[in-house]
Amino acid sequence: MSASTLFDKVWRAHEVVAETAAAPAVLYVDLHLIHEVTSPQAFSLLKSLGLPVRRPDRTLATMDHSIPTATEQVFGGVPIKVDAAARQVATLERNAAEFGVELFAMRDARRGIVHVISPELGATQPGMTIVCGDSHTSTHGAFGALAFGIGSTEVGHVLATQALLQRKPKTLAVNVEGALQPGVTAKDLILAIIGRIGVAGGTGYVIEFRGSTIRALSMDERMTVCNMSIEAGARAGMIAPDETTFAYLEGRPRAPKGAAWERAVAHWRTLTTDPGAAFDAAASIDAATLEPMITYGTNPGMVLPIGAAIPDKRGDEIFDKALAYMGFHGGEAMLGKRVDVVFIGSCTNGRLADLEAAAQILKGRKVAPGVRLLIVPGSQQVKREAEAAGYADIFKDAGADWRESGCSMCLGMNGDTIAAGQYSVSTSNRNFEGRQGVGARTLLASPFTAAASAVRGLITDPRDMLR
Amino acid sequence: MTPVRSIRSRTVVIASSNIDTDQIIPARFLTTTTKDGLGRNLFADWRYREDGAPNPDFVLNRAESHGAAILVAGPNFGCGSSREHAPWALLDHGIRAVISTEIADIFRGNSLKNGLVPVIVDAAAAKWLIEHPGVEVTIDVGAGRLELPNGSTAPFPLEAFARHCLMNGVDELGYLRSQLGDIERFEAAHA
Ligand code: SF4
Repeated sequence: MSASTLFDKVWRAHEVVAETAAAPAVLYVDLHLIHEVTSPQAFSLLKSLGLPVRRPDRTLATMDHSIPTATEQVFGGVPIKVDAAARQVATLERNAAEFGVELFAMRDARRGIVHVISPELGATQPGMTIVCGDSHTSTHGAFGALAFGIGSTEVGHVLATQALLQRKPKTLAVNVEGALQPGVTAKDLILAIIGRIGVAGGTGYVIEFRGSTIRALSMDERMTVCNMSIEAGARAGMIAPDETTFAYLEGRPRAPKGAAWERAVAHWRTLTTDPGAAFDAAASIDAATLEPMITYGTNPGMVLPIGAAIPDKRGDEIFDKALAYMGFHGGEAMLGKRVDVVFIGSCTNGRLADLEAAAQILKGRKVAPGVRLLIVPGSQQVKREAEAAGYADIFKDAGADWRESGCSMCLGMNGDTIAAGQYSVSTSNRNFEGRQGVGARTLLASPFTAAASAVRGLITDPRDMLR
Repeated sequence: MTPVRSIRSRTVVIASSNIDTDQIIPARFLTTTTKDGLGRNLFADWRYREDGAPNPDFVLNRAESHGAAILVAGPNFGCGSSREHAPWALLDHGIRAVISTEIADIFRGNSLKNGLVPVIVDAAAAKWLIEHPGVEVTIDVGAGRLELPNGSTAPFPLEAFARHCLMNGVDELGYLRSQLGDIERFEAAHA
């Protein structure tokens, strides 16, 4: 057989029916992740048709998007503040019970952001197809899975059939070479990639991130990179599994055990792009020259090295509109701009390595007066690990607000929002208008940059504090 | 799903690029458990002022936009979050097709599943439409053709299966369920 890409191998292994000119492929789904916001209408569809969930054993539900992060609302004492969120939580509990789907409910020790918990359980594995009604499902591609976001109607399709109708996407190789400099993280790398290829540069493609820089990343870092594939327009991003992947998975609760583990690893080793396999498109990035990155506009492609000045593109309508929203002007330096809120968390940067980075900066330092620092772990497990490692104490000593896990201020559905006109340095993935609250102004950056900016109350190059 | 064979309507133009689904329907309105009533909050942050009154400058609030069922938008429309609430909100408001040079993948798939027609045209047609807001155009789904009032036409891509589903009101789930025999055989072979 001719040389294949990683994507081709995973796609082919899940084709129930191959695509033809007349019809899309029927693609089998190994793992279907569910959350409270995009599933209610899908369960209603099943009910209206009298259908069961076909493979509850391949379906896993959690609560993350709209649930509270305040401990007293999660663990009792105080009711959930946002009524509609309380309704969604109750609806998912009812649907999961009725359809026999495993649910990590609000007080479950395994609960968290859907893209954080599935890897940490070992449920996300190389070579799988994974879908979820959430665009950041691309995160799971870090394990060499083909993972992408779907809409609520498709959630219904997968619940009812365990399959999806899909046209085969094209492939884009993003080759990254060179060592990241100290203080420059996987977040800076993916922001730089999006800046390079553009917010629609990956539309129609699955990205494979390749090269020595990618191979040197930890799993937490690889997840940060794949997570933001969708911000370049690509539904999925993938990284070939290797020893780093296997070491991460071994011993996780849902990873294979014993002889099954050996067989699985032997198979996973075949999940690499063959030498000579052709991609439909390619891009290259030199990682060694990258600096900490920060966004200045209203999409993740409007991004700069932190020491740079905002470009002056007056007359360009997108640019003018974005800068008017942000209250910035072309030619201004980003360093030293005022910060009101700092948010550290989300499925992009809410894992232990991210909190460790924040702790490195915050240790022995204080949040600047008047600045609010909200730190939200990606899962309850991350929360426990961060507490055991002493990071939580560092955060609290610094004056940060330390919460239960969830999406929180990444999208502000649960009441964790930023006021109109305020500036937020956020480790999340979207700086769209209003994403973190009506009129909120979001600056995307790494956990290092976010923590350093919280300490000074100004946009700060974290390398100043890491030396 | 109701069959969609052709749409004839006036256009409403929002020329911005990269209109993401957070603009189409902000996250705070996703706390519904049904699809109904989302149209009220379509483009909420652009459409209403802080006090909740309609913003008279926003195109959807202008008298000439009422009843327009075709939205013309800048490139990369529908990027961002996978929320199907975006096409639901557009449809609930009365929009039945979106014309752009580029439409984001997930939004495009979600639209087709709900009978909202994604019409991807070349830059020349898009430019003309943006320069002539409110014109009456016809979208011929069967022919994959957009007819402009200046007499010109622009082809738009629609793969055979999507066209078939739109024109016959076919619900993909019915089709997928007809493949359950193959799905079971696949599972047996991979168990
Ligand atoms: S953390 Fe943000 S981006 Fe990630 S799943 Fe939650 S809302 Fe979506």
